[in-house]
Amino acid sequence: MEEQEKLARFQERIDSGQKIEPKDWMPERYRKQLTRMISQHAHSEIVGMLPEGNWITRAPSLRRKVALLAKVQDEAGHGLYLYSAVETLGVTREDVINEYLEGRAKYSSIFNYPTLTWADIGAIGWLVDGAAIINQTMLARGSYGPYSRAMVRICKEESFHNRQGYEIIYTLAQGTPEQKQMAQDALNRWWQPAIQMVGPPDDNSPNSAETMRWQIKVESNDVIRQRFIDRTVPQAHAAGLTIPDDQLKFNEETGHWETGPIDWDEFWRVVKGNGPCNRQRIQDRINAEREGQWVLDAAAAYAKKQGKKQLTLTE
Amino acid sequence: MTSKEALYHYVLKMGDSSLIMGHRLSEWTAHGPVLEHDIALTNIALDYIGQARMLLTYAGELEGKGRSEDDLAYWRDAAQYRNSLLCELPNGDFGQTVVKMFLFDAFQVELHEALSQSPDEQLKAIAIKSLKESKYHLRYSRDWVLRLGDGTEESKIRIANGLEAVWMYFGDLFAPSEGESVLVSDGIVPETASLRKRVEETLRKTFEEATMAVPDFDAVMQEGSQRGIHTEYLSYILSEMQSVTRMHPGATW
Repeated sequence: MEEQEKLARFQERIDSGQKIEPKDWMPERYRKQLTRMISQHAHSEIVGMLPEGNWITRAPSLRRKVALLAKVQDEAGHGLYLYSAVETLGVTREDVINEYLEGRAKYSSIFNYPTLTWADIGAIGWLVDGAAIINQTMLARGSYGPYSRAMVRICKEESFHNRQGYEIIYTLAQGTPEQKQMAQDALNRWWQPAIQMVGPPDDNSPNSAETMRWQIKVESNDVIRQRFIDRTVPQAHAAGLTIPDDQLKFNEETGHWETGPIDWDEFWRVVKGNGPCNRQRIQDRINAEREGQWVLDAAAAYAKKQGKKQLTLTE
Repeated sequence: MTSKEALYHYVLKMGDSSLIMGHRLSEWTAHGPVLEHDIALTNIALDYIGQARMLLTYAGELEGKGRSEDDLAYWRDAAQYRNSLLCELPNGDFGQTVVKMFLFDAFQVELHEALSQSPDEQLKAIAIKSLKESKYHLRYSRDWVLRLGDGTEESKIRIANGLEAVWMYFGDLFAPSEGESVLVSDGIVPETASLRKRVEETLRKTFEEATMAVPDFDAVMQEGSQRGIHTEYLSYILSEMQSVTRMHPGATW
């Protein structure tokens, strides 16, 4: 079959809402875009464990400590399914991990901000997971079977994390004046990164046209961002917190919250590697991988010896 | 000392040990060697802290002064902690962590097994639940002792060094809690020292199978945890763990 014809059939399948499965024919660009997106998503889950892991040993109650440990463990689990999903596209987990450790692949830029107080753990669950869920609920409707199925499962857990995060913030906001200040301060620092995290505006999003044509993404960054803002502003108000944007207003006609300008220069600065924690996050992951290597080598050597012993026993 | 007071000290030793073990293991979360083991270590940390919560809640009830799990975890200083010294030792590398877990888990399995027969209903219930977990923990840490001990040249050296670093704290696991003899004579708990032979047997077999040198069971051991004399490490653990809570007395989280 001619390449053009294959491509047309592929587009028809997508347009009729069929899922593409690993063994199906797919254009190289489709494979590349998905490999890029799924692996970035997997790395984000793993790097995201670092800023949250930063507060496990200091969680202010044992109940919160257990919940945070379980949450960070869930993120590791999400990383695992996503690395499995990306392997269906013909790359190995090791390859894609090496790409980001060597600075050739991205991960969600928001994890390059530091977690400075306990309230940041609430802010991440509420804002970062909140934005992620809106994005991932959309991705769950995407055209690639393994990715969309992974998203369905991940979204369920993320919704739980999101409620937990909001509950942390809400509790702080109803607490002592110092606790309330801690919650407001976290919102002040995380608000801009959170509204930036679903990606750049549609007119400056280099991959969007292609990923939307193939229904890898079914809605644009601007739509997702607006949905996040509309959902989050009333939650902030319900907790008695102020969104750090003096131009924020509700448009009665459209029914949407309108924000002041979003600092895209800041967004690109951090994406390009110059956020407060980019170097530290990558170094921490490199250290973990390095520590892992001798452990894996030992396990492999042991398994080999055991295999030989088994063989001698059965001979 | 009344039986109830003695039981408070006994349960506190158990609860503090689980909490501090869990704390140390949780330091691995997000930094674990290989994703699968990050998940496993975090899972075990969750079990330990879960046990700590049940035990500290029970200790608070036995004490009868209205202290909650959090009051006990966050508002006592190192000298009031009763965890075994082994638990507070630094993680070191994965080899040291694994061998430290192995010594602790081998002890925990015997302890939980014995306490599953306790006439104290609450302690018995906690022990039965914890026994399932400690058996799994022991399987995990024992498997890793075997893999690292009989793995590569590097892993052999690392785990031997890890064992060397923690060995002198093994004996303190068996130190009787304050008033333990009261509980022993009432038949509520076994004498902790009586568990030692069986634990040593698990260790000996495993180290032999791992082609490692079996450590000297008669070596001089550090002790002091049951009198509140800890290593230098514990006060650092607590100052980290308690920092947020203590900055905000009376706050709810």
